[in-house]
Amino acid sequence: MAQYITKRVLFSLLVLFAISVVVFTAVRMTPGDVCKIVLATPDVDQQQCDAIRNELGLDKPAPVQYVKYMGNLLSGDWGKSFFSKREVWGEIRTRIPLTLELTVLSTVFALAISIPIGVISAVKQDGWLDYVLRFVTIGWLSIPSFWLATMLIVFPAKWWGYSPPIGYVNLWDDPLKNLEQLYLPAFSLGLALSASLARVTRSSMLEVLRQDYIRTSRAKGLAERAVVIRHALRNALIPVTTLFALQVAVLFGGTVVLEQIFSLPGLGTLTLSAVFVRDYPQIQGLVLFFGAVLVMINLVVDVSYAWLDPRIRYA
Amino acid sequence: MTTQAASQPMILGELRLRRSRLKSLWRIAQQKPVGAVAALVCIALILVAVFADVLAPYDAARQGVPRLQAPSASYPLGTDNLFRDIFSRILIGSRISLGVGFGSVLLGTIFGTTLGLVSGYFGGWVDMVVSRVIDVVLGFPPLVFAIFFLSIFNTDRGFSLKAFTLVSLAIGIIITPTTARIVRASVLSIRNLQYIEAAISIGGSSPRIMARHVLPNVVAPIIIIASIQIGNAILAEAALSFLSLGIADASHPSWGAMLQDTRGVWEQAWWTAIVPGAAISIAVLSFNLFGDALRDVLDPRLRSTS
Repeated sequence: MAQYITKRVLFSLLVLFAISVVVFTAVRMTPGDVCKIVLATPDVDQQQCDAIRNELGLDKPAPVQYVKYMGNLLSGDWGKSFFSKREVWGEIRTRIPLTLELTVLSTVFALAISIPIGVISAVKQDGWLDYVLRFVTIGWLSIPSFWLATMLIVFPAKWWGYSPPIGYVNLWDDPLKNLEQLYLPAFSLGLALSASLARVTRSSMLEVLRQDYIRTSRAKGLAERAVVIRHALRNALIPVTTLFALQVAVLFGGTVVLEQIFSLPGLGTLTLSAVFVRDYPQIQGLVLFFGAVLVMINLVVDVSYAWLDPRIRYA
Repeated sequence: MTTQAASQPMILGELRLRRSRLKSLWRIAQQKPVGAVAALVCIALILVAVFADVLAPYDAARQGVPRLQAPSASYPLGTDNLFRDIFSRILIGSRISLGVGFGSVLLGTIFGTTLGLVSGYFGGWVDMVVSRVIDVVLGFPPLVFAIFFLSIFNTDRGFSLKAFTLVSLAIGIIITPTTARIVRASVLSIRNLQYIEAAISIGGSSPRIMARHVLPNVVAPIIIIASIQIGNAILAEAALSFLSLGIADASHPSWGAMLQDTRGVWEQAWWTAIVPGAAISIAVLSFNLFGDALRDVLDPRLRSTS
């Protein structure tokens, strides 16, 4: 197990390194002169330009720039925004709680919807309920989460004059108001995510329900409920965990769109505003941050997966 | 005289062949009624996209109709906040939505097939390098990758061939890993069969063997995964257009961009919010259902891979 974990950690570090090189190189491939972007004007004089290049370290060779950037990054200095001149990491840090809360809430919604549907669908395989649930989930898969969010804003406002409070408040300042702001975007995202999770839960349950040990537990007279929940579901959840790790990436993308719709000042909104003004230090920091979080989640899932299922460790 | 006599039975034979194909198609349609309906909707959508400018009752770009009219006989889907007919814009908008959808799946399938073919066929260090490259792509959240990619390369946004290629490329790269993995697995399953060995032993070059012997035998999974990815690609395009990062502009609408255009008036004019989203959902649902049915018909073993 220790060996497996070491191998996975080293591998994750390698992927992180590759991601940082890709992002670093890509940002330096941007067409157009960086001075014109920083000064936001097409005519710049050479002296100003040299000063900017010097400040950003662009007058040095790329590998030197990279080593310096990564060194600063690891010691907590992520550089400064082109425009607001604020610390890139500071901007990211203040927005983490909102996006984290949105992601966690969406996950809770997704699991609460998908697991029961997947289990019922599998237990009633090929019954009418199974067909209905399968059709409904493939329907959800096709609804863009941002459109669902749109309808959740439009119709309650039209019918009952209800709209969620505008202007974000911190969870710790006013938990109720905070949740009232976040449950609609979280539900929209969670529903989109639950479709694929329900489908995998169903097929994974079907596979497990055919195993010998399920027949054994039925034969020894366990209640069907205990067989399904304690013996089948717990084993069936392993592939669901993997898919979930893959879907977290999709969830990150979803937060970008939903924060936009609900005017929430999270990481997604920060990413978009940075993209529109071509604030490359900020974009670079954000993409690296998303990449790092994703790689870490995958690492945790891989390790826990191996812990849950000894067959993987020895493969 | 002789040529006529010879061609007659050929035509008859071809007719018979065509009829038997139609019959087997009909049989499949009966077994998979949902998939068949979905396929018809997909074909209809493609036809709409092709003939959009003939079908559209109004000029989709010009502002000349009353503002924010609810759906009625003269404006079937209502009008938007900028004095434009929504029905016409939905028809024209299908071009960008489906165009980018197909374009990105085409690019993603070409990349994924090449990577999967090469890594499955050669194995060893080639396989390792390709797999690590895929791991790096998967290290980015898909939509965040597309946003990042477009922020760097598509700096002068708007409707142009270059922008179309870049947006398709951004989505294409996102869907490449899935295709590559499936193609690789299919190649591995036939790599050590005797006919490949025979082709190697008579001195066939690797590119030739891959193109002539391996590729034709993995076509079914490639078609299946491509058809399933079209829906995802349309969704991704809609999200990017909604974020104003797509290729739509005032005179070239897309469904996602239409939602962005009307954001401020959703609550007073519900149809501006419902119609474009419904178009996206119907298109994605039809391609998803069609892809699902195609998978069941062509290769039931792939059923668990969604």
